[in-house]
Amino acid sequence: MDLLAVTAFGIVYGIATLVLLALGLAVIFGMMGVINLAQGEFLMLGAYTVLLTTAHGGSVWAGIALAPLVVGFVGVAVERTVIRFLYGRTLDTMLATWGLSLALIGIVTLGFGPTTEGIATPLGHVAVGRYSVAHYQGFVIAVALGSLGLTWGLFNWTRFGLVARATMQNASMVAGLGVNPSRVYMGTFAFGSALAGLGGAVMAPLTGVVPTFGLAFIAKIFITVIVGGPVILLGTTTAGGVLGLVESLVSYASTPIYGQVAMLVFAIVLLRLLPQGISGFWRRGV
Amino acid sequence: MDMNRRDVLKALGLAMGTTAGVALGGGRASAQTDVPVGSLLDGTGPINIYGRPMIDSTTFAVEDINSSGGVLGKKLRLVQIDAQSDNQLYAQFATKLLVEDKVAVLMGGITSASREAVRPVVDKYKQVYFYNEQYEGGVCDKLVFCTGVTPAQQLGTLIPWAAKEYGKKFYTLAADYNYGHISADWVKVFLQKAGGTLVNQEFIPLDVVNFDSVIKRIEGAKPDVVMSLLVGGNHIAFYRQFAATGLKGKIPIVSATFGLGNEQVVLSPEEAEGLVVIYPYFQELDNATNKEWVQRWRKRFGNDSAYITDSACTVWNGWHLWAAAVNKAGSLEREAVIKALESGLTFKSPEGEIKLDPASHHVVHTVHLAKVNKSRGFSIIKTYPNVPPTDTMQVCDLVKNPNQATQYTPKF
Amino acid sequence: MLWAGVVLALAALPLSLSLFQVVRLTVFMVFCLLALSLDLIWGFGGILSFGQAAFFGVGGYAYGVAGINTGLSLVALVVSTAAAAALAALLGYFTFYGRVSAMYFAVITLTVTLILHQVMGTTADPRYAIGAARLGGYNGMTNIPSLALELPGRPAAVLEPVPLFYVVAGLLLAILALCRALVASPFGRVLAAIREDEGRTEMLGYDVRWRKLVVFVLSGAIAGLSGGLFAGWGNFINPQVFSLSQSALVVIWVMVGGRGTLYGAIVGALVVQFLTSYLGAASVSYTSVALGLILVTIVLLFPRGLVPALIGALARLIARPRAASEPA
Repeated sequence: MDLLAVTAFGIVYGIATLVLLALGLAVIFGMMGVINLAQGEFLMLGAYTVLLTTAHGGSVWAGIALAPLVVGFVGVAVERTVIRFLYGRTLDTMLATWGLSLALIGIVTLGFGPTTEGIATPLGHVAVGRYSVAHYQGFVIAVALGSLGLTWGLFNWTRFGLVARATMQNASMVAGLGVNPSRVYMGTFAFGSALAGLGGAVMAPLTGVVPTFGLAFIAKIFITVIVGGPVILLGTTTAGGVLGLVESLVSYASTPIYGQVAMLVFAIVLLRLLPQGISGFWRRGV
Repeated sequence: MDMNRRDVLKALGLAMGTTAGVALGGGRASAQTDVPVGSLLDGTGPINIYGRPMIDSTTFAVEDINSSGGVLGKKLRLVQIDAQSDNQLYAQFATKLLVEDKVAVLMGGITSASREAVRPVVDKYKQVYFYNEQYEGGVCDKLVFCTGVTPAQQLGTLIPWAAKEYGKKFYTLAADYNYGHISADWVKVFLQKAGGTLVNQEFIPLDVVNFDSVIKRIEGAKPDVVMSLLVGGNHIAFYRQFAATGLKGKIPIVSATFGLGNEQVVLSPEEAEGLVVIYPYFQELDNATNKEWVQRWRKRFGNDSAYITDSACTVWNGWHLWAAAVNKAGSLEREAVIKALESGLTFKSPEGEIKLDPASHHVVHTVHLAKVNKSRGFSIIKTYPNVPPTDTMQVCDLVKNPNQATQYTPKF
Repeated sequence: MLWAGVVLALAALPLSLSLFQVVRLTVFMVFCLLALSLDLIWGFGGILSFGQAAFFGVGGYAYGVAGINTGLSLVALVVSTAAAAALAALLGYFTFYGRVSAMYFAVITLTVTLILHQVMGTTADPRYAIGAARLGGYNGMTNIPSLALELPGRPAAVLEPVPLFYVVAGLLLAILALCRALVASPFGRVLAAIREDEGRTEMLGYDVRWRKLVVFVLSGAIAGLSGGLFAGWGNFINPQVFSLSQSALVVIWVMVGGRGTLYGAIVGALVVQFLTSYLGAASVSYTSVALGLILVTIVLLFPRGLVPALIGALARLIARPRAASEPA
């Protein structure tokens, strides 16, 4: 019974992790059609923000709060210097962000070396029958839900969100109404980057943070976003849920190898059966 | 005249071809008053967590050899190349070093995959190659010398100790690639000899960061010891999540791979303290040679330079063994150097005294058992001198059968 | 004929280059062939495939298995091409006849490559062997035979290194010619129509599905051939060929060179490979940063790739004096 409980919790945790990490890319890709191959490095920068904050005496929580701001700022810089010139050219952005990913990893390695002092997972653990569960995993799930809520709120209840959705549907119309689409794109990209920063920061106390930290995630979150389809929140959550469920179930039943392969195979099956992604038969939007 | 695109392309192609030919043309001829030597390691890419200390050690070792007169009175000229964690580049750059730079010795490779990409090149162009890194054992090649520690040397001493200290029920977690599989097999062998039982063994792909399912299975199995053969930056997550679940005080972990990538620096003391590892070299070793070496290293690379890993010492060993062999042979000629390398060379390494075993081309190490301490370093528990590389010695005798160029995998 | 000029230049190159340059250029040309396979399906077919690395790897492994088991490298080369083509046929049928959209096709090909990466990485155990060829897990397959000319009754003549250069160069030129012929043929014209507007082409009565399948199988075969040549060049193959970086790299080669020109693929592969090779030898720390920044710069400065940019510049240079000499 306790095994069932911890396994169920573990599965929810696995899904929450995937959704949290993929959400930033879902916003950027879903709203702007930009394939950002440097998203993994935004995760990494968020994690490093936490490391630097604690190294200078701050708390983990301060670091996690700071990360979205730092990485959001980096996102703005990247958007203004590179992405801005490549809108509409999906593959060119892919190439440019791949180059950016290499450069970012290189710069962080030069600045901090290949390994840096990390921090332990805060909050302790609780016993569930014969097993124990880390409280921090609950925190991760909470942050994932919070991010989903935040994104929903931003795009549906704020003026910025309204303008952003309108720009996504018809940029020239929005321009005709007096809003500069370029600034909307900048803001959206910044938001997507900030989400990535938050995701990476939250994962920092759970993993080993090294400059190549993002490479373990990029393929998975990319596939999740594509499988999710054009409706950002619904798509990412469902895709994250389905793929995360498949991976977790198989991992718990056997080993992580089969879990990874099962997830990838399942993704292919889904793409074959649902030509527009999971949310494709819905409407385009958030 | 109307030029269409096709004509322009053809002209372009021809122009480029000839320009390339002219630009690349001609090898490099230089009067050699120094000895070119080559090093091929990963300075960038995911493998650089192992590579960077090794690159520093290479620079340091060559400078050291040069400061004591070089080899045969000539200075070494180091050609260092970054293979960028890319196996195909290893093959290319190995060719460059051997064929164009004409190095007297090639040292490099970190993962076994990279070594296996280099070996065909070495066998093709015939030059001495030193592979200076911990690996799974079994390479048997007349031209190749492996100075790293192998599973029999680590596990043969670690497992009997752990079985006595902690208990007989082991749970193995190994990285899912060749090194992990072969080491896990050796765990079974030594565990059986020590009278222990293997509760379960799991192989984890190198890019897994979520160890939740693994930890639950360990909790359910209740072993006395977790035997960790996890590798790489992503696997550090296991130790972190293990501690987060509160298991760290309850189930001890021993490892033959922890520390090589400075995992004890990335993890905090509350997560890693007490973890037991076994290597030939630790920065904290208390012998005179090491004390002096660490001092010189800090002077060369700065007082806050990173922790000196076992790989760094292995690289140092490799260079000095080769230099000693050249000076003993009195020549840089390949056959003479190999003969000297097979003459039972010894070297006073910072780890202790080591010997290059003539038949297997591997090193007899002094291994040390150590525990992670409170200051992101290690405290030495026990020393085992003269531990031979039995796993390779069992299958490889290059003195009796010199015409071999392969890697054996143990049959259990 | 300028083709003859190019052939002569290539024939003369090994005589003026050092041994290392010849060996290096040989593997660069293998990559050019791989890039060419992508440009065929993408530049002309308009179908982005992230799976060329999968065919490359399958070709390499197939060459290894066939080569180690039979000892006949030329047979192994044929096997490598066929194996990759078979995979392409399977994948193509699954996707084109399932009417999967372009973006999802790209992701499916990428996912297949990643699956292969995972699966091949788990084959470390000695029991994972096909005949005498051990798959070897992450260490990969070793002791793969070099390309050699095996005539009955005579010992095999290993083609190393200058003859190998000629073989690879010859194959590259032959396949380039083949692709150009295909593009100019009636089949190629329908392919161009499919690229421009698939729906309209279908309504004109052409079955787009088998045409896309054919071009995909062809590109898979070419990629497989390049994989076999690679395995024969280096005498090894390992799962790194299935990695995300290798898949992206093929796309990057074609993008840098300029897609849709065939020559662009070759130029792009050469430029990026030379850069990577040069940077690795130039420094041990700055390779990532330098390569990354150069890629970003190329994308920003040369939006359509290097070859179109060069042609444009050349064309402008030639056009100017002509315009000046025309009567007002």
